[in-house]
Amino acid sequence: MLRTWRQRITIADVVVWIIGLSIAFVVVYGSIKTIEVGKYNTRVWIDLTITGLALGGVYALIALGYTIVYGVLKMINFAHSEIFMSGPFTAVFLALALYKNGFWNSHPYISLLLVTLLAVTVSSTLAVLLERIAYRPLRTAPRLVPLITAIGASFFLQYAFRGFFGSGLQAYPELGFLKGTWTFGSIPVYKTQVVVIISALIMMLILYGFVQLTKMGKAMRAVSEDKEVAGLMGIDVDRIIMLTFALGGASAGLGGILYILLFPVVHFFMGFIPGLKAFTAAVLGGIGNVPGAFLGAMILGILEAVGPSLFLDGMGIAAPYQLKDAIAFIILVFILIIRPSGILGERITQTKA
Amino acid sequence: MPMLEVENIHSYYGNIHALKGVSLTVEKGEIVTLIGGNGAGKTTTLRSISGILKPLEGTVRFEGEDLAPFKPHKLVAKGISMVPEGRGIFSRLTVAENLDMGAYVRSDKAEIKVDLERVFTLLPRLKERRSQVAGTLSGGEQQMLATGRALMARPRLLLMDEPSMGLAPVLVESIFEKIVEINQEGMTILLVEQNALMALSIAHRGYVMQTGEIVLHDKASNLQTNKMVQKAYLGME
Ligand SMILES: Nc1ncnc2c1ncn2[C@@H]1O[C@H](COP(=O)(O)OP(=O)(O)OP(=O)(O)O)[C@@H](O)[C@H]1O
Ligand SMILES: [Mg+2]
Repeated sequence: MLRTWRQRITIADVVVWIIGLSIAFVVVYGSIKTIEVGKYNTRVWIDLTITGLALGGVYALIALGYTIVYGVLKMINFAHSEIFMSGPFTAVFLALALYKNGFWNSHPYISLLLVTLLAVTVSSTLAVLLERIAYRPLRTAPRLVPLITAIGASFFLQYAFRGFFGSGLQAYPELGFLKGTWTFGSIPVYKTQVVVIISALIMMLILYGFVQLTKMGKAMRAVSEDKEVAGLMGIDVDRIIMLTFALGGASAGLGGILYILLFPVVHFFMGFIPGLKAFTAAVLGGIGNVPGAFLGAMILGILEAVGPSLFLDGMGIAAPYQLKDAIAFIILVFILIIRPSGILGERITQTKA
Repeated sequence: MPMLEVENIHSYYGNIHALKGVSLTVEKGEIVTLIGGNGAGKTTTLRSISGILKPLEGTVRFEGEDLAPFKPHKLVAKGISMVPEGRGIFSRLTVAENLDMGAYVRSDKAEIKVDLERVFTLLPRLKERRSQVAGTLSGGEQQMLATGRALMARPRLLLMDEPSMGLAPVLVESIFEKIVEINQEGMTILLVEQNALMALSIAHRGYVMQTGEIVLHDKASNLQTNKMVQKAYLGME
């Protein structure tokens, strides 16, 4: 017994576990210290958690696109971060035009609706075009080929947007009705954060319902399991793949609008970091799994918002907030050491009778 | 006119010449079996009929219509349904969802319900397990599911690829009983099998295949007594 264990454990395992344990130690020790020091009160922690939930909501909507596309094509669409960027980036011009002629301030709700519709349409259309032009011809190529194409497409789109619209920043005009806070109990919360969290939640529920309950959603899951057999059932696989990209793109476009409610500035490179985070969230939750993407995104959002203060502040590290991304990704590594297939992911080897 | 008419088809995997001029016919109401050893080309024949693999030569006609121009997903609506090799159930979908996928191209809700009840009467196990995830079914139950799913399309021709594969002898018998029952309700069936004994006992006619060619064709009862078949496929000397 002992011997077989010895044979199975390699040096790499030991190193990985040492890394894992040190991360766990820092997290636990840091948290205890921070709470002991008591620099922050409960209000601050609640504020940080809400910030995290809002970020997580945005990540979730982007992550959905990664995860469903992976589901049907077993490929990471690295250009998804640009699909996300294209929506709010295009819609900013509509927003500025509306602002100029006064409509933005006289009809803020309709303006937001119009901007959202445009962003969703642009992101969704771009995703469909990308699939049709860049990925479909490579459907039967080795898996590395579409992956490299996706990275190429990502650069192409970034620089196309830069070429057309310049590399400067564009700011969205303010929406009066989303300024300030609402008070829940005795806790004031930014209106934008409330709107973002609720919209993201509703959207995720709708998308999950679509995938679970509708005929198209079932066909999507069937295609993700076995394209050939799905075809034999009469399912038009190409159409379902197109629909998947459209849905992922639309969700990313909406995520883009929620993102600009939190950070109202767009530029050609804005998709990179949120895209990377959302991809991480999808992997964390178990790529291919829709509730997993949501869960992973929420965890990542909260980690990013709460983590720096909670884990590092007590240990006397100054301005830990600058380390937020480092912390988020280290925790990710830690979770993947424990569960390589992600939190809700299925074990890789699937028994098929 | 035969319901299915396969005429001199040649199919290739890359430069492997897998079917070297296969011809066969299936008449309405028949069970026709295609038997042969490993790698004879039985699955390839079914794949060529359903259009997953397009034959480079020869024609496949269903009810008189040439199937060459159609993609595989168009065939279900024409009336051809397949129980694929290895069953091909969607293991992460529930039993009920798998059956829904069988009826994917249909929109006659009331009639789909009728067919679902019919499938449940024929294969009562599926009813008990309807909300279970299909991957957790036993091998026999998965075969039932693959069969039930194909029937949900209400096909006129059912193609079955080795329904006995990997099943215990008792289960094989019960599957074959179901096949006879389905046929007696009017379904035309093309049954691919390695289990020649069972297949010939329920079929009307049979084709014997070897290395991409049909080497024998006769009534099933004649094939059962054929010396060559007995020796090669029935394990008799
Ligand atoms: N995807 C493929 N690529 C290349 N060659 C293939 C492929 N599938 C089948 N073949 C070859 O084509 C020939 C016929 O295979 P096929 O699967 O039709 O046999 P079969 O009669 O169904 O056998 P079995 O009873 O074992 O299922 C075999 O020589 C096989 O090696
Ligand atoms: Mg076969």
